[in-house]
Amino acid sequence: MEPFDPAELPELLKLYYRRLFPYAQYYRWLNYGGVVKNYFQHREFSFTLKDDIYIRYQSFNNQSDLEKEMQKMNPYKIDIGAVYSHRGNGSAVTWLCRPNQHNTVKLGAFQAQEKELVFDIDMTDYDDVRRCCSSADICSKCWTLMTMAIRIIDRALKEDFGFKHRLWVYSGRRGVHCWVCDESVRKLSSAVRSGIVEYLSLVKGGQDVKKKVHLSENVHPFVRKSISIIKKYFEGYALVGQDILENKESWDKILALVPETMHNDLQQNFQKHHSSLQRWEYLKKAASQCPSNIKNEKCGPWLEWEIMLQYCFPRLDINVSKGINHLLKSPFSVHPKTGRISVPIDLQKVDQFDPFAVPTISSICHELDAIFTSEAEKEENQAESDIKHRTRDYKKTSLAPYVKVFEQFLENLDKSRKGELLKKSDLQKDF
Amino acid sequence: MEFSGVKRRKPWLIGDQRKASYPHSLQFYLQPPSENISLIEFENLAIDRLKLLKSVENLGVSYVKGTELYQSKLEAEIRRLKFSYRESLEDEYEPRRKDHISHFILRLAYCQSEDLRRWFIQQEMDLLRFRFSILPKDKIQSFLQDSHLHFEAISEEEKNLREQEIIASSTSLGGPKLELEYVYKIPFADALDLFRGRKVYLENGFAYVPLKDIVAIILNEFRAKLSKALALTARSLPAVQSDERLQPLLNHLSHSYIGQDYSIQGNAGKISLDQIDSLSTKSFPPCMRQLHKALRENHHLRHGGRMQYGLFLKGIGLTLEQALQFWKQEFIKGKMDPDKFDKGYSYNIRHSFGKEGKRTDYTPFSCLKIILTNPPSQGDYHGCPFRHSDPELLKQKLQSYKITPGGISQILDLVKGTHYQVACQKYFEMTHNVDDCGFSLNHPNQFFVESQRVLNGGKDIKKESIPPETPQPKQSAQKTKNASSALASLNSSLEMDMEGLEDYFSE
Repeated sequence: MEPFDPAELPELLKLYYRRLFPYAQYYRWLNYGGVVKNYFQHREFSFTLKDDIYIRYQSFNNQSDLEKEMQKMNPYKIDIGAVYSHRGNGSAVTWLCRPNQHNTVKLGAFQAQEKELVFDIDMTDYDDVRRCCSSADICSKCWTLMTMAIRIIDRALKEDFGFKHRLWVYSGRRGVHCWVCDESVRKLSSAVRSGIVEYLSLVKGGQDVKKKVHLSENVHPFVRKSISIIKKYFEGYALVGQDILENKESWDKILALVPETMHNDLQQNFQKHHSSLQRWEYLKKAASQCPSNIKNEKCGPWLEWEIMLQYCFPRLDINVSKGINHLLKSPFSVHPKTGRISVPIDLQKVDQFDPFAVPTISSICHELDAIFTSEAEKEENQAESDIKHRTRDYKKTSLAPYVKVFEQFLENLDKSRKGELLKKSDLQKDF
Repeated sequence: MEFSGVKRRKPWLIGDQRKASYPHSLQFYLQPPSENISLIEFENLAIDRLKLLKSVENLGVSYVKGTELYQSKLEAEIRRLKFSYRESLEDEYEPRRKDHISHFILRLAYCQSEDLRRWFIQQEMDLLRFRFSILPKDKIQSFLQDSHLHFEAISEEEKNLREQEIIASSTSLGGPKLELEYVYKIPFADALDLFRGRKVYLENGFAYVPLKDIVAIILNEFRAKLSKALALTARSLPAVQSDERLQPLLNHLSHSYIGQDYSIQGNAGKISLDQIDSLSTKSFPPCMRQLHKALRENHHLRHGGRMQYGLFLKGIGLTLEQALQFWKQEFIKGKMDPDKFDKGYSYNIRHSFGKEGKRTDYTPFSCLKIILTNPPSQGDYHGCPFRHSDPELLKQKLQSYKITPGGISQILDLVKGTHYQVACQKYFEMTHNVDDCGFSLNHPNQFFVESQRVLNGGKDIKKESIPPETPQPKQSAQKTKNASSALASLNSSLEMDMEGLEDYFSE
């Protein structure tokens, strides 16, 4: 893959926005079938331009309007906000100034009304439990955390909450985002969104808290099902990859999650064993035995589960999900530091997703150039071939499979919408 | 404007509503009442319900909600005020009707501000929670149905399919007794408080809620509906307030004090001036104790302080002559010219005893009045210390009064929860060394009377046979402290046309 140099961004973005960004599909998504008047027109977009100039409350009339602006402004970053009660009229902000307010409308009346339910899972939130990397770094070993997170959260959103239209997107550097786009979900209040995040949360406490997961005797089906998912990955990820019981330094962290009375026994036996696998087997046995000298301790797999959950269960940022007006990085946006495109993740192939194989803006521009020069002789009419190119260009690059995933997602949305309309017309007896 | 005057402009067509049935001992107050009642009944119903809600509040801070003690005391209070509570009692028509109408009247008074609304909703919810808790199981279904709550009980088959999951999710179910329970299928968003804590089983967007947990959901529905209704009512309020008969009552309900106003002293002249210093530490509530201290130290008090303290002194039995002497003595120590005192201040003192002109408001201030109106500013010493003092300063003050640290922290907790009068009751208990003050504090003079009762070994202050110093002057209908005296001056045979009242409660 072509190495990415942030200094080249202005040139690369120009090409990207002219020839590669999938405007048609993007508009098809956010327009939601045009069923609600002005839904697209009242959507807030925010652009971060070169030199950290940040513009909020952008709104666009239609796909062509959006295209023109993006090509004109060449944003480094694009964020999607809420659908408001009115159109935004933009506010140019540098880090020094305060935004202009929407002076055409009384401030109180300009309200965020609807937005997709979004989740942001960031690898830095797992720094206390991953040994391979920290902060913005990721590797193939710890990426499994994201795989497990997607599986667990997606299952709950689908099976427990009944949400049908869930788009998972690679954030471009160290995490994943989820966009839940069902019609009823876009209307949910902030309180319900918070409630959903709470339902999905198990790991509680910051740096000063050692043991972050506490299970009650009654294990809720959500927890039970999540543990089943983790079990599939635990050996490979935690015992082999992360090797969490490799040596005294690492197993001491596990012992911190276990009653003190068990420490001596475990320390001794860990010395006798030779791998994390063996030590974990021993710990499981010891943990499930009824401790005679501890009051109120449950007998059974709870301790084992609590450890697994602390090391593997997803950690969500509630602030991202609860606010209806919260901005989130747009799919197909470029990450300015890594150059990677924020691409949709195919849920059917979640285990195979490799963040390091995700195309960077430089690599796809390079691919495009290569194709362009070879096709240059075949041009007839400049304008016509431009249009042809625009609609097919991304297809010739590594971006194509990801756009396909996006299109499948859009197909499902369309189907649902048609189904709803049919239902409604049936009720109204329109034939 | 829907309320007609003496002559009804619109004849009431829909017949006598008294036959309307109230099938349950509790309700969600979805429909406003639509019958005629007299103004006197209007006022009495409102005052009774207000007493009930205040008891609900008091009991809620004095006892843990849901415990036997709380439940029995609340039931006793409801019964005392003749409101409905039990489903199974005979002849519940009157109490239920009273409950229905009084709720809607209080909506008019309590929709006016965010604080009032919050208070009203909180007490109504606690009341509903109690009533629901004593509803027999077999009545719950019909109550839900009648209240148009869209809770669908699932079939046995559906229950069996999910039995394990439902039992595993619900902390309120003890063991595999699911066959005995109804389980309701509700859209997940309607069960927010349950699903957020994973206290209910979710499947495909629905929460499967056993009957025991339905209460939380019902209360939330109730809160949401009531909140919305109050907002709507507030919008229509200007029209209601322009009705001269209602305006004084409604204004006073939300600021109201219900009980003795201590304006007529049966004990006038019993206190001598040299007792005041010691009485201030023994029997005065903290607000008056602090005013007295400030007066002694500064030889002066500003207007707000003179009003609040002066009327209090009148209420404990100072005569006009004593009052004049008391204030003059003190002010002169502050190097005030005696003539200036006579010209400026003595006039006001006589005025407050009714000797000069006509004063709009000179009965001693109730706690609510002190707490809610005329907050003190720099240089003022009036107000309620629990409400208006900075917590740190309050703590120091209480320490200087020799209250124990345990007592102080209890008081500060109550203050944090905005239960100012209960905090003062706690102060009473600590300074008089009793476990339970035995009264619900509403008035500084009440504090004084109760204190004297405790200190004098249960003997009431001897009532003098001298007639009250001042006849109660005529009060204009406009601003009156006591709702009943305001209305007493009106023709009580007026019937109020409640037609159109509906419009204030619904869209």
